[in-house]
Amino acid sequence: MTTLPKNPPKKKLGLVIDLDICVGCHACSVNCKEWNSGGHSAPLTDTDPYGADPTGVWFNRIHSFEVDNPVDGGRTVNFPKSCLHCDDAPCVTVCPTGASYKREEDGIVLVNADHCIGCKLCSWACPYGAREYDEDAGVMKKCTLCIDKIYNPNLPEESRVPACVSTCPVGARSFGDLGNPESDVSLLVASRGGYDLMPEQQCRPTNKYLPPRPKKLGGGKTDIQALTPVADTSAGVIARWVDKFLSA
Amino acid sequence: MHPAKSVIFFTTASGAGYGLLFLLIGGSMLEILPTDFWVLFSGYFLSFLLIVAGLLSSTFHLGHPERAWRALTQWRSSWLSREGVMAIFTFAPTGLYALQALFFPEGQSGLMTLIGLIGLAACALTVYCTAMIYASLKPVHAWANGYVPVGYLLLSLTTGVILLNGLLAVSGFWSGLVAWLATLLLIFSFLWKLAYWRFLDGTKSISTPESATGLGEFGSVRLFEAPHTEANYLMKEMGFRIARKHSAKLRRIVIFAGFVLPFIVISLTFFMSGALAVIFASLAVLSAGVGIAAERWLFFAEARHTVGLYYGAGHA
Repeated sequence: MTTLPKNPPKKKLGLVIDLDICVGCHACSVNCKEWNSGGHSAPLTDTDPYGADPTGVWFNRIHSFEVDNPVDGGRTVNFPKSCLHCDDAPCVTVCPTGASYKREEDGIVLVNADHCIGCKLCSWACPYGAREYDEDAGVMKKCTLCIDKIYNPNLPEESRVPACVSTCPVGARSFGDLGNPESDVSLLVASRGGYDLMPEQQCRPTNKYLPPRPKKLGGGKTDIQALTPVADTSAGVIARWVDKFLSA
Repeated sequence: MHPAKSVIFFTTASGAGYGLLFLLIGGSMLEILPTDFWVLFSGYFLSFLLIVAGLLSSTFHLGHPERAWRALTQWRSSWLSREGVMAIFTFAPTGLYALQALFFPEGQSGLMTLIGLIGLAACALTVYCTAMIYASLKPVHAWANGYVPVGYLLLSLTTGVILLNGLLAVSGFWSGLVAWLATLLLIFSFLWKLAYWRFLDGTKSISTPESATGLGEFGSVRLFEAPHTEANYLMKEMGFRIARKHSAKLRRIVIFAGFVLPFIVISLTFFMSGALAVIFASLAVLSAGVGIAAERWLFFAEARHTVGLYYGAGHA
């Protein structure tokens, strides 16, 4: 059914992504690709994978942004992005076939690959670019929040989290129930000022982003000092060593 | 947005088809069209041909055309589904009316008038549904506005009346009223297109790189590194962009071929007769066909999607 669930899901499983911690290593997207290549929406087709123009389906992509700020010197922010499992998911309501749906029990947005006609309209309706079309299978694919992992009774309890979360080496990704205000993830969002991407698009995303922590400015030892020039390369080795020794 | 050929052909052809069908039924009901069997037959045949060809072509870009019937199920929430349902429903009243007008032209009963009215509404609603597929997509600022449904309805009727004018001229039933209606609709369509471009050039999406990343409070945001070195589906499908100079040139083609030339040659048919009038009315059809296809291509190519904000676009 492509209308949104009649009773809005009480449980809202999703991710909290900490932009202060993420180091942009791409491990989450690689492990996502690895798990999901054999999971619910497998395969994540690649075309020309070893050729000059490889392209393929990924559920999670890591962007990097520069933030210009003349006062604090600006910063570079690594920015992972995957499906946000929105409350008001436009990708669900535009679907003409009912293949795109939102689960009432946990709010996860999925695609039924047996019903999808591959019209791509859902990918047009998503402001975030969370959906990617599989040219080979002729159906739309997207993040499943590792539905085949988080409920998998064959896995040990601690492994029942999305692949991107279990693999993150710095703990920048948290998984939990954002519909419950007392859950760890909800408390984390509240304490760190977690926010929605593009709230003006009115999709009410479940996933939240935590902003980079403020920079520590004015601490004497962290002041940037201009490097003093040493003897240039035309000087001999000994002259340069003496210059360096005396400059220290 | 990537301009898919099948979708451009679909919206142009079926738009003209529904416009022509609307005018044939409306014209018969008002008794302002010739009752000649072959004229009406060619008119209905042409309109249904354009509609069916357009609908079939729209299934070509699907990943699974054999499942297209499933698209009729979600009319409660999806404009694409509503369009499919309406397109199929429209065949019933318009088909019935066409059969009656062709084979029982004397028996214009109250029931047939009702069926005709339903057919007129169905034609308009189908085109409206097509437009709303685009107008309901909030991430595409160029589409999610009131200009879009007005434009689809207006261009559908305009291309329909240009076709009707050509058909009547070719079959020797040239009608001053239809030619006059064609010039009037061309003026309205032209003014609408200028107003749309004026809107498009003076506005941007409320979403920005800052709101897309939520990092606006730290400064101005620009892409440092894309996620992958090669282009992906999102960049090919949503990130399609057209150079500004080509855009300006294509707009001139749309203005000239789509509106100005058809207006001039149809106006000239008022002052001539015979073969020359036939040639001019046909020229209007060909020119408008090229112009409106270019217009539809631009409608996609000039539209920016918010996903571009994650791939280096300064605005959407």
